[in-house]
Amino acid sequence: MITLVGVEKALGGEPILRGVNLTIPTGKLTTLIGRSGEGKSVLLKHLIGLIRPDRGEVWVDGLEISRLQGRRLNQVRERFAMLFQGAALFDSLTVFDNVAFPLREKRHLPEPAVRRRVAEKLEQVGLSGMEHKYPAELSGGMTKRAGLARALVMEPEIILFDEPTTGLDPLMAKTIRELIVAMHRALGFTAVMVSHEIPAIFAISDWVAMLRGGTIGAMAPSADFQRTADPGIREFIAAADPAG
Amino acid sequence: MVTAMVARFGRLTLVLIQEMGRMLLFLLATGTWLLRPPFRPVQLARQVHFIGGKSTFVVVLTAAFTGMVLGLQLQYTLQKVGSEAALGSVVGLSLIRELGPVFAALMVTARAGSAMTAELGLMQITEQVDALETMAISPLQYLIAPRVVASVLGVPLLVAIFDVVGIAGGYLVGVQLLGGNPGSYWGSLHAGVEWKDVWGGLLKAGSFGLIVSWVCCYKGYATRRSAEGLGQATTEAVVLSAVLILVADYFLTSVLL
Repeated sequence: MITLVGVEKALGGEPILRGVNLTIPTGKLTTLIGRSGEGKSVLLKHLIGLIRPDRGEVWVDGLEISRLQGRRLNQVRERFAMLFQGAALFDSLTVFDNVAFPLREKRHLPEPAVRRRVAEKLEQVGLSGMEHKYPAELSGGMTKRAGLARALVMEPEIILFDEPTTGLDPLMAKTIRELIVAMHRALGFTAVMVSHEIPAIFAISDWVAMLRGGTIGAMAPSADFQRTADPGIREFIAAADPAG
Repeated sequence: MVTAMVARFGRLTLVLIQEMGRMLLFLLATGTWLLRPPFRPVQLARQVHFIGGKSTFVVVLTAAFTGMVLGLQLQYTLQKVGSEAALGSVVGLSLIRELGPVFAALMVTARAGSAMTAELGLMQITEQVDALETMAISPLQYLIAPRVVASVLGVPLLVAIFDVVGIAGGYLVGVQLLGGNPGSYWGSLHAGVEWKDVWGGLLKAGSFGLIVSWVCCYKGYATRRSAEGLGQATTEAVVLSAVLILVADYFLTSVLL
């Protein structure tokens, strides 16, 4: 379980998070929504220690990580993977080498085992045959799928998704969402996703939390969240989904 | 108005000191990773090729024309004072002690240093550096340390090439074109240049290699996440590297002489 307690963070002198209290249930898919500029990605990066809070605590399965450094922080990070908004593939490596990268660097597997694992993950995300391509040669959807394969290849316990479908056409966004859900169901990892894709995220999420004014405005199971009586949340949902 | 000027000067001084502190901490943190496994010889070889191998052509070109202009200038000047026999040693010492290390390092700064800043800056902007951290891999160890080591190893090799080509360029112009005595050229070179001159030049080269990689890697690593920030970082990296090379050259020369 991941828990944030009273997390405050200012960037460039501007307060972004003003006392976030949040618990991420283990093994569930939790989606974080909110207006642009609220600090959702900033909050997400706190979970893996990429950003440290000015005040407050970040607990991962009973260990407070916000002040950890070096080897101890790396031990925590080895339980995580992250799919960045732009996938963050390494430009100088092919798709194969990108997906194989964590296996070679962290697990030191023999090369035949690496090839097997990478081929398996690329097939799961529908990128078989693309191993030799470089990131610059991929479409947006392919890039995200390669990033997802790299995130999955180490079979992590926790995966963070930073706007995985932003910038994609509706069909590709649906493909990526379905892929995330299928992998989540098959592998059972804890997933935390930042997304603007309302109402699509309600169908795939177990829990939904809304970041508002620098704190968690509401958090509920997905079905209950949609039925909320909070006028601010209803307005946000209605604006994102005029048909709803 | 005076108060405002003093306040502005004070703020700029504080910003400069903070930046120098961050740069020093960056260098020290990178240094702690140099001796810790895993060592990545393939990464190191790749960087030696990028910094050293791919800079060879521009270094050879610069060396050739530097040597040639030295031969031209010095042959005329030394003839006026009746010392044209010393052409070889003056060309050799000028290149080996000063011009070789400084010019080679400046060429590496312009070619490889700016590219390092741009590459690392782009990796920061596209979150590739964050991706390394999420995989529990130190960006300082994986990205920066190989570049620093490659630069410290590669620049002296380039300086050696610079010296050889420059001396040949001086011979071409001073002797072949302007009628100097070839025996005097090589004889005075052999008599005038000592091994301490060569080691001193290579020591400078290694120091300049450290400066180039340190400054250019820092500027790329610390770049603000925007296209404008990246452009500014690249410019600052080249200018600061060049200035520090010239400053370091003075202090190293005063110690080595």
